[in-house]
Amino acid sequence: MDDLTPFLVLSAILFSIGCVGVLVRRNAIVVFMCVELMLNASNLAFVVFAKQHGNLDGQVAAFFVMVVAAAEVVVGLAIIMTIFRSRRSASVDDASLLKL
Amino acid sequence: MIAFWVLAPIMVAAALGVLFVRKAVHAALLLAVVMISLAVLYAVLEAPFLFAVQIIVYTGAIMMLFLFVLMLVGVDASDSVVETIRGQRVLAVVVGGTFALLLGLLLGQASLGAASGLGDANAGGNIEGLAQVLFSRYVLAFEATAALLITAALGAMVLAHRERLTPRESQADRARARVRAYGAEGAHLGPEPAPGVYARHNAVDTPALLPDGTPAASSVPGIIVARGTGRRAPAYRDVEDVVGTLAGPRADATEETHAEDTPPADGRGA
Repeated sequence: MDDLTPFLVLSAILFSIGCVGVLVRRNAIVVFMCVELMLNASNLAFVVFAKQHGNLDGQVAAFFVMVVAAAEVVVGLAIIMTIFRSRRSASVDDASLLKL
Repeated sequence: MIAFWVLAPIMVAAALGVLFVRKAVHAALLLAVVMISLAVLYAVLEAPFLFAVQIIVYTGAIMMLFLFVLMLVGVDASDSVVETIRGQRVLAVVVGGTFALLLGLLLGQASLGAASGLGDANAGGNIEGLAQVLFSRYVLAFEATAALLITAALGAMVLAHRERLTPRESQADRARARVRAYGAEGAHLGPEPAPGVYARHNAVDTPALLPDGTPAASSVPGIIVARGTGRRAPAYRDVEDVVGTLAGPRADATEETHAEDTPPADGRGA
């Protein structure tokens, strides 16, 4: 069997890119996409570890992550839609009404 | 491993693209590339069920949702380049780079050894194996997932619902308002001019030409003007040139002239 370290390195790279994306991008929808990228990277790590240890627990964990991501995206995009409807903007900087 | 070495550079490039492209639609498409490549990697890693779920749920449902919201929010809602917090971008890249370095060092320290492989676990079929784990050890988490999904669906419905605060405007109301505007400030009473009919194209992005050869801005849909993808109208003078060529050669017949781009919105009827 091959060494699976390259898969984990790819997972780490994707997670870091998603992390920087969340910090850098201003459009709320793109920020959401970067969160999805991080979730996908962690899923890849789960599947790799499932293969590494030879049991299916990792794949079940990845499955649950997908379900939670679907629920999160539905609610998150609904919130973005509501904010956009009232403020005509999808930028994370414009929703600063609670700031002092 | 061949699939991995082919797909890994594509995935990293597409993920970096999500980071750098200006338009949110392009970011969504690049993310779809990452997700489909990831699905193939799942197939390589002996997870055929997750391969199907990744394509159906992520690229099918979630990306579609993203694209729908992008369409509702407006395709031209691109990112601003203004930094609200000074130096935030540089700091974010430094933090992300440090994080990646940390993960890399961690992976460098660990030695995974030979993978066990899923031959035993997948012996009775991957989906059957997953079902046995899911409905025995993780059955409580599975039930909680059902509650989570229902909560999310209800939450989205509540958030997307909008109470109507004013009575709905009927067609008669709109007609009355139009006539009132005509009486008050002489606004145009009839329908907007159709695009392109008096030019040589009948595409919606080509403005119609007025009798004096100037393009009529109100004939082009507002969204096309806002995106700046409107076409130039071939000038009326152009037609005159053709007529002149037919009548006989003229000194300036070869000179090609075009009307200016679509003028600002109040350019109706000269």
